Parts: sequence; structure tokens; C-alpha cells
Amino acid sequence: MLASIAFYVLSAIAVISALAVITVRNPVHSVLFLILTFFTSAGLFVLLGAEFLAMLLVIVYVGAVAVLFLFVVMMLDIDFAELKQGFLSYMPIGAIIALALFSELALVASASMSAQGAPIAIAPEHANEITNAEAIGQVLYTDYLLVFQMAGLVLFVAMIGAIVLTLRHRPGVKKQDIAAQVGRKRSEGVELKDIRPGQGLG
Amino acid sequence: MEITLAHYLFVAAALFTIGVFGIFVNRKNVIIILMSIELVLLSVNINLVAFSAHLQNLQGQIFAMMVLTVAAAEAAVGLAILVTYFRNRGNIAVEDINQMRG
Repeated sequence: MLASIAFYVLSAIAVISALAVITVRNPVHSVLFLILTFFTSAGLFVLLGAEFLAMLLVIVYVGAVAVLFLFVVMMLDIDFAELKQGFLSYMPIGAIIALALFSELALVASASMSAQGAPIAIAPEHANEITNAEAIGQVLYTDYLLVFQMAGLVLFVAMIGAIVLTLRHRPGVKKQDIAAQVGRKRSEGVELKDIRPGQGLG
Repeated sequence: MEITLAHYLFVAAALFTIGVFGIFVNRKNVIIILMSIELVLLSVNINLVAFSAHLQNLQGQIFAMMVLTVAAAEAAVGLAILVTYFRNRGNIAVEDINQMRG
């Protein structure tokens, strides 16, 4: 019973804050609502018995991705009121497509409700078995080793891509080149000129 | 009333729809579009974990971790492109982005 109440509260908060993400005027608030959505979804994962993934969601999304968004939103100096224009003009077509999409998905979900009405496993039911993190660890490094390595590769390529995209060499900047400074010879730095008396360098 | 698989599917469907709707209505703001994509991927994750719990099979959770990785990589690269675009043009209007092609 308590799990049902928790499910309804968490899913209501998740859906409302997801709506707030796309409708609020200020993008900083939008990122904060995104964090709330991810946090409540982590709660839903805990209800499903996937504690490890819930903690991963909090760490990866709230700790890394949302903070990255926050950095970029605050770093770029943008007039956000101007970007909000056209919201209402795109609203009707967007609403029609969203409605069609949701009704299709809801149709499938309700079909599965009538087909398989068994209540979904809630975490405490299999508390006597091994923990979720242990179970994932047992299969992740054995059966799904390739998937694990591929995930690392994806992150590696993304890291290199982000660095290549944002790194820039500015030509006008003066930097210290110690090798060039130490390797300087007298002949490069000093030039002796023969000047006749009374004429100057002219 | 007991919570079944369909309840989770409804929540995921709602989040997916909101994500797609967000891409439609925020045509000018790339940051919100990226956040909408994150919402869509989150709803996919909820579906995967719900089916994983329903079928008592850990495969869904492993794949949800993979989706999480891809989402994080996508956010990093997307924001890097956004920063580079902003440096070049001084705004982030998506409608002018086709001028970038050479």
C-alpha cells in the first residue's frame, strides 16, 4: 500500500517537473526541474528494485550531466526571452503529435495491463536474495563484458570529441617557450653595426 | 490497488511524450532541446527497468546502463557543439544553423 502511494506521488512529481522543464521561461530553472525529474525517477527505480541503477542515475545525471547543463546555461550570455518566441505558434502541431504519440503508447500499455495484470515486483519481496548491485556485478563483468567495454569506448570517444570541439588555439596569445629562451645564441640577439663617425644610423 | 507493469509504462509514455513535445515547442532554444532528448532517454530507461523487474531478468538493467552512458556522451558532445557554435555566431538560434554547412 505504501509502495503504491510512493509510486503515485513520485510519478506525479516526475511528470509535472518534466512539463516544467519544457515550459518555464528561465533555462536555469529548467535545468533544476530536470534534476528534480531525474531524482524522482531514481525513486521509481528504487521502487522497482533497481537500487544500483537508481544511484547511478543520481550520480551520473544529477552529478554530471545536469551540472554540465547548468555550466553551459550560465556560461553562455544569451537573451532567453528572445528564444522563447514562437512557443505558441508551434504549440498546436506539437500538441496534436504529442497527443497521437501518447494515445498510441497508452494503448499499448493498457493492452499489456489486460494481458499481464500481475503486480510488479517491489524491492522488499526478494530481500533475502543477493542485492541488486551484487546481481548486476555478477553478470556485468562476465556475460556482458563486451557491452561494458563498449560503454567505456563510447565515453572515450565522446570525451575526445568534446575536447577537440572546444579546444582552440588563439594565434595572438604570447606564451613562454623555455627551450627557445634557453637555446638563444648571442649571434641571434645582438647585431653589431659599423657606423661611420658623424653620420648616425640615419 | 497494486502497481503493475502498465502503470510504469504509462509514466514512461507520459515522459516520452513530454520530451517529444518539448522538442516541438522549443524550436529556437537548443539547450531545452537537449534536455528534452534527456527526458526521452530517461523514459526509455524507465521502460527497460520496469520490464526488467517484470520479467525478473537483469538484461534490461544492463541495457539501461548502456543507454545512460550514451545519454551522458550525447549531452557532453551536444553541449560542446553548442559552445563552439555560440563562439562563432554569438547566439544559439537553431534556425540559422544551416549556415554552418560549408
